[in-house]
Amino acid sequence: MMDGIFLQQMLNGLTLGSVYGLIAIGYTMVYGIIGMINFAHGDVYMVSCYLSAIGLAVLSLFGIDSFPFLILGTLIFTIVVTGVYGFVIERVAYKPLRNSTRLAPLISAIGISLILQNYVQLSQGSRQQGVPTLLEGGWRFHIGTGFVQLSYTKAFIIVAAFVGMAVLTYIIKYTKLGRMCRATQQDRKMASILGINTDRVISYVFIIGAAMAALAGVLVTMNYGTFDFYAGFIIGIKAFTAAVLGGIGSLPGAMLGGLILGVAESQFSGLVNSDYKDVFSFGLLVLILIFRPQGLLGRPLVAKV
Amino acid sequence: MSSAINKPVNLKKSIIDAIVAGLLALIVFGPIVGIVLDGYGFNLQPARTAVLVAVVMAGRFLLSLFLQTPKGLRILEGFEGSGGGVHVLAPDYKSRLRWIIPLLIVIALVFPVFANKYMLTVVILGLIYVLLGLGLNIVVGLAGLLDLGYVAFYAIGAYGLALGYQYLGLGFWSALPLAAIAAALAGCILGFPVLRMHGDYLAIVTLGFGEIIRLVLNNWLDFTGGPNGVPVPAPTIFGLEFGRRAKDGGVPIHEYFGFEYNPDLKFLFIYAVLFLVVMAVLYIKHRLTRMPVGRAWEALREDEIACRAMGLNHVLVKLSAFTLGASTAGLAGVFFASYQGFVNPASFTFFESALILAIVVLGGMGSTVGVVIAAFVLTVAPELLRSFAEYRVLLFGILMVLMMIWRPRGLIRISRTGVMPRKGVAP
Repeated sequence: MMDGIFLQQMLNGLTLGSVYGLIAIGYTMVYGIIGMINFAHGDVYMVSCYLSAIGLAVLSLFGIDSFPFLILGTLIFTIVVTGVYGFVIERVAYKPLRNSTRLAPLISAIGISLILQNYVQLSQGSRQQGVPTLLEGGWRFHIGTGFVQLSYTKAFIIVAAFVGMAVLTYIIKYTKLGRMCRATQQDRKMASILGINTDRVISYVFIIGAAMAALAGVLVTMNYGTFDFYAGFIIGIKAFTAAVLGGIGSLPGAMLGGLILGVAESQFSGLVNSDYKDVFSFGLLVLILIFRPQGLLGRPLVAKV
Repeated sequence: MSSAINKPVNLKKSIIDAIVAGLLALIVFGPIVGIVLDGYGFNLQPARTAVLVAVVMAGRFLLSLFLQTPKGLRILEGFEGSGGGVHVLAPDYKSRLRWIIPLLIVIALVFPVFANKYMLTVVILGLIYVLLGLGLNIVVGLAGLLDLGYVAFYAIGAYGLALGYQYLGLGFWSALPLAAIAAALAGCILGFPVLRMHGDYLAIVTLGFGEIIRLVLNNWLDFTGGPNGVPVPAPTIFGLEFGRRAKDGGVPIHEYFGFEYNPDLKFLFIYAVLFLVVMAVLYIKHRLTRMPVGRAWEALREDEIACRAMGLNHVLVKLSAFTLGASTAGLAGVFFASYQGFVNPASFTFFESALILAIVVLGGMGSTVGVVIAAFVLTVAPELLRSFAEYRVLLFGILMVLMMIWRPRGLIRISRTGVMPRKGVAP
C-alpha cells in the first residue's frame, strides 16, 4: 500500500516537476544573461494559461475536435502570443533600465507583475476559468497490494516537456542563435565588441523564456483544467526555487531543479501534510539560498569590481 | 550627438513606429481583452480592443515625435548615465522644512477637533503606512536591500498583540515594545544568514519568508484561528477603557472623568499615540542618517566592495538596517491590530508588501519627506476615488514601472547637508 502511494506521488511529482522546469528556464536564462530576477515571469505563465483556454475555445468553435490538431493549434497560438508578451515586456519595462541602479529592474518587474494580474482580472473577470478534459483515460499498474495510475494527460505532459527541453538544448548548443546567447551570457561587453547585437539577443532570451512558460501553461491547463488570475504568483516562486536549486544561470540545472522540487513537494504532501506543501517549498528555497546559493550545477558567484 | 539636434523631425519614422506598436498591441491585447472566456465558450469584445490599440498607437506616435525634439534627445541621452551618487547641499543651506514641519504639527494637533470618525480612521491608516514606509525606507532606500516580505514583520506585530492578549493577557502598552522586539528578532534571525550573500537573492528569500508567515497563520488553526482571524482587545490608558461599559475590570474613561460618552474616543487615542510614535520615528531616523551607521548604510548601497575594502563589517551594517526596519513594521502592526479590533491573514498578502514598496519608490528612495507624502497619497487617494478602486492595483503597477524609467531614485532627490571647517580652527 505504501509503495503504491509512494510511486503515485513520484509520478505526480515528475509531472509537476517538468512544468516547474519549463518555467524555471525563463528565470535562469534571463538571470544568466542580464543578471536580473524577472519577477513578472510567473504572471507571463498565468497569461499563457488564459491564452491556451482562449485558443481551445476558438479552435473548438471552428469545429476542430481531433486531439492532435486541437493541441497543436493551441500550442502554436499560445507560444506565439506569449512570446510577443515576453518581447513587449522586455522592451517597455526592462530595456530603458539597462544602465540604471541595480534595484530598478527588479522593482519595474514587480510593477509589470501587478499590471499583468490586474489587467487579466479586469478583462477576464476574477472568477476561476476552466477547460474541458481533452484526453480521457489512462493506464493503471498493479504493484503489490496497491496500484499506480498514469493518465494519458500526465504522460503527454512529461513527454511534451522533455521534447521542449530537448529542442531548447539543441538550439542553445548547436545553432548560431544559441552561440550568440552563450557568448552574451559569458561577457556582454565583449560579445557586442565582436559584432553581436546584444540587445537583440536579450530580446530573444525573453521570447524563449516566455515560449517555455507558454508550453508549461498549455500543459498545466490540460491537466488541471482550472486557473485564475492569481495562478502565476505561487508557481512563479516555485519555479524560481527550482532554478536556484539547480544553479541559476544553468539550463540543465533548471530542468533538474524542477524535477527534484516537484518530486520533493509531491512526496511531502503525500507523506506528511498537504496544507504545508507551499511552506515546505519556500522553506527549501530559503535553506538552499543560505547553505548553497550556487545550487547543484551552478558556479559560485564571484563579486567583481 | 550635437549634430542630431538640428535634424528635422522624421514623420515617416514616427508613423512606422506607431504602426509596429499597434500591431504588437493587437497581438498582446487582442486575445485577452477581446475574447472573454465564458464557461467553455467565449464572448467577443472588439470595441475594448480597438480602443486600447488606438491608445497605444497614438501614444507611441506622440512619444516617437517627442523623442526627436531636442528635449527628447536630451532625455534619451539621460538613459546612458546611471545618475548615481548623492546630492550635497551647500554648507549654509537652510531647508524650507523649518517652516513646514511646525505647520504640519499644528495641523495634526488641530485636526481631531474638526474630524469625524471616518476622516479619523482614514488618517490613522495613512499614519500606519507612514510608519511602514519609514521602516522599509531604511531597508530599501538607505541600505539598498530589497525586502519583498516586509509584510511578515507587520504581521508579527499585529498577531503579537492579538495572540499575546489571547494566551498571555498582554495589553496594548506591553505589546507595543514586545512586538517591536519580536519583529526585530525575526528580522535578525532571517537576516543574519541571508545578508551575507548576493543582493538579489535577498528579495526572493524575504518574499518566501513573507509567504511562509502568511501560510502558517492561515493553516495553523489551533493557534492562530486560521482564516477566521483573532479578535484584538481595545487599548486602555492607565487601566481606563474607551468602551461604554468596562469589560476587563477597568473603569470606562468617561465615567472616571465624568464627561459624555464618545464612541470616537478609541480612535482619538490611537491617533494621538500613533502621531507621537511617528514623530519619534521620524526624529530617530533623521538622527540616524547623520550618524556613522546611517552613513555606512548609504555607502554600502552605493558600493559594497569599496566599503568592505575600507573595513566596514557589511553584515552587521546591513543587519542593523534590516532589524530597525523590521521593528518599525512590528510597531505599525500593533497599531493596525488595535485600530481594526481584529486581525486575519488576508491583511498580510504580498500585495501589501508591494504597496509599501510603491510608497518607498514613489517617495524617493531614502527621502523621509517623500515617503510621508507618498504614504498619504497612496492610502488616502483610494478612499477618495472609490469608483476607481478596481483599477488601483493596475495604477500602482504602471506607477512603479514609469517611476523606474523616469526617475529611478524617486520624486524627491535625497540630499545631504554639506560641511565646512569652522572658522578659527587650525587646519
